[in-house]
Amino acid sequence: MLRIEDLHVKIGDREVLSGINLHIADNETFILFGPNGSGKTTLLMTLMGFGNYEITKGRILFRGHDITHAPIYERARLGIGMSFQRPPTIHGLKTRHMVRMCARDSEIDVDALARKVNMDEFLERDVNAGFSGGEIKRSELLQLMAQKPYLLLFDEPESGVDLENMKLIGHTVREVLTGGIEPKPNSSMKQQLVLKRPVSGLIITHTGYILEYLNADRGQVLFNGHLCCEANPRNILDHISQYGYQECVRCLN
Amino acid sequence: MEKIDLKDFRFTGSTLGEIADLRTMDAADKAEMLMSGIDVEERDRAGTYLQVDHGRVHCKSLQQGVEVLDIKEALARYDGLPEYYWTQVDKDKDEFTRSAAGDLHGGYFIRTEKGAKIAEPVQSCLFLKGDMVGQNVHNIIIVADDSELHIITGCSVAHGSKGAAHLGITEIFVGKNAKLTFTMIHNWAETTVVRPRTGGVVDEGGVFVNNYVLLKPVKDLQSYPAIRLNGRGAVARFNSVIVAPAGSHVDTGSRIELNAPDTKGEIISRTIASGGTIIARGFIGGNAVPAKGHLECKGLILGGGVIHAIPELLGSVDGVELSHEAAVGKIAQEEIEYLMARGLDEEEATSTIVRGFLNVDIMGLPKELQDVIESTISESQKDMF
Repeated sequence: MLRIEDLHVKIGDREVLSGINLHIADNETFILFGPNGSGKTTLLMTLMGFGNYEITKGRILFRGHDITHAPIYERARLGIGMSFQRPPTIHGLKTRHMVRMCARDSEIDVDALARKVNMDEFLERDVNAGFSGGEIKRSELLQLMAQKPYLLLFDEPESGVDLENMKLIGHTVREVLTGGIEPKPNSSMKQQLVLKRPVSGLIITHTGYILEYLNADRGQVLFNGHLCCEANPRNILDHISQYGYQECVRCLN
Repeated sequence: MEKIDLKDFRFTGSTLGEIADLRTMDAADKAEMLMSGIDVEERDRAGTYLQVDHGRVHCKSLQQGVEVLDIKEALARYDGLPEYYWTQVDKDKDEFTRSAAGDLHGGYFIRTEKGAKIAEPVQSCLFLKGDMVGQNVHNIIIVADDSELHIITGCSVAHGSKGAAHLGITEIFVGKNAKLTFTMIHNWAETTVVRPRTGGVVDEGGVFVNNYVLLKPVKDLQSYPAIRLNGRGAVARFNSVIVAPAGSHVDTGSRIELNAPDTKGEIISRTIASGGTIIARGFIGGNAVPAKGHLECKGLILGGGVIHAIPELLGSVDGVELSHEAAVGKIAQEEIEYLMARGLDEEEATSTIVRGFLNVDIMGLPKELQDVIESTISESQKDMF
């Protein structure tokens, strides 16, 4: 799905990522941990292709395409979808219209999708205008459900979200990642799994609440621009909550 | 701004005579009128007033409860309309009002009956066809107590016009618990000079909504409608959408006076300079309490030009609540990138943001008119980036 090779990224004059190597397989969900300022968000923004993030070395391969220097919209069209932590408000653009644009040429039932994330009342409102933390997350997920990405990038699904919303968001992220496979009368889950398009996830979490809702396969810690400590995400989380990130310092020095 | 010399224009001699069926008009003229919201089929319209150069060519009411007359006929029939005529605009304000007062060519008189809710809009078009024609019009709108009316008024100029001047007086009277929606679409040319002078008054519980759309080039336009909310609970709202391409000089704004308790005024303008100059004015005066006013003028400069935002608030009594928000800037890169991350290329993203910014939706216009405006916006975007 995604292969990152020796990626170096600068913001202005400062090198934020220093030689990242990462491979995410088809249908794999990867969790990224790390203290504030370690470069997690930078990695996501770089994968999406934002302007302020300058790749000085290395490359990014996505589903066989070298996207290291591809414009944002090309990455989106190839199948990278990102949930923004603080998306801008677009005045005069209705959420309904935005969701429809996310689907591009494919037919979608905007109302049905919106009901799934409890956003049906927001469809006629301007995108993100006055949305609360939980509403922003739900709106982002609604757009991603319409966009149907192969790789889901999610920066802190739990930030600014209350417990009730967390459950809805957790279940929806899982659905986006698994393609909503459930027992159906006319086809077994196994049959569906064979036919399903691959979906992978790259998720940043601080609290780990999201792990209660999905089967994360692997996790790693990003520290000072370096990836380290690959393990089962729950083990990493346990370790960090007990010892903090100080072991990373020892590890890297 | 260059000085306008009215002597450059012909103020006499161009009258066409009656056009009984608007569909028989010249195709190019019809196309220009369509862009100003005029439906020549007169479907879904409660009446029409059409003037070409110096005289009326078509005037009729299609619905019970609303009167549509040529102003000259109304003045003759109602003893000169002393309660209304030249009561809201000062005849001696400037040379343009004096020109309109001295040599009246026409204009409309539209009046509803008390309690009449006119569902379909009355349409009007003041059209400039001849070269170097100067047009003096005077319009009077009276929305009687408890009645409702929507007027769509388009002003247009023939394709290829070498020059023309439009001087228009409009006086507006909104009665008790009455509602007027007044949508004006200006569709001029690079050579047209325009000097409307508009004033109005809203009585107790009355609502006045003014929509103004200017997307096409104009040489020189100056307009500053002023509305006084004199009755308790009266409301006025101005929504303007203005684009000034290279060569356009647009000096426009609105003025609301809150003169009675519980009145509310709102002025929202969205302007884009794409090479031209826009002076975006706004004034809300609070002279009674409780009263609220909010002024919002936002401008984008896309591809050159000047925007000068002048929001003014004047409170003259304790407890008045007035606020304003003004911004002149560019499209935020962050917004473009957000839409690009959803698969829109840069051009699609930018034009989506611009359309959202201009936000014609809030005007609540009939669908076909909304579509015409949307397509005009798409066309004018070619000059912006």
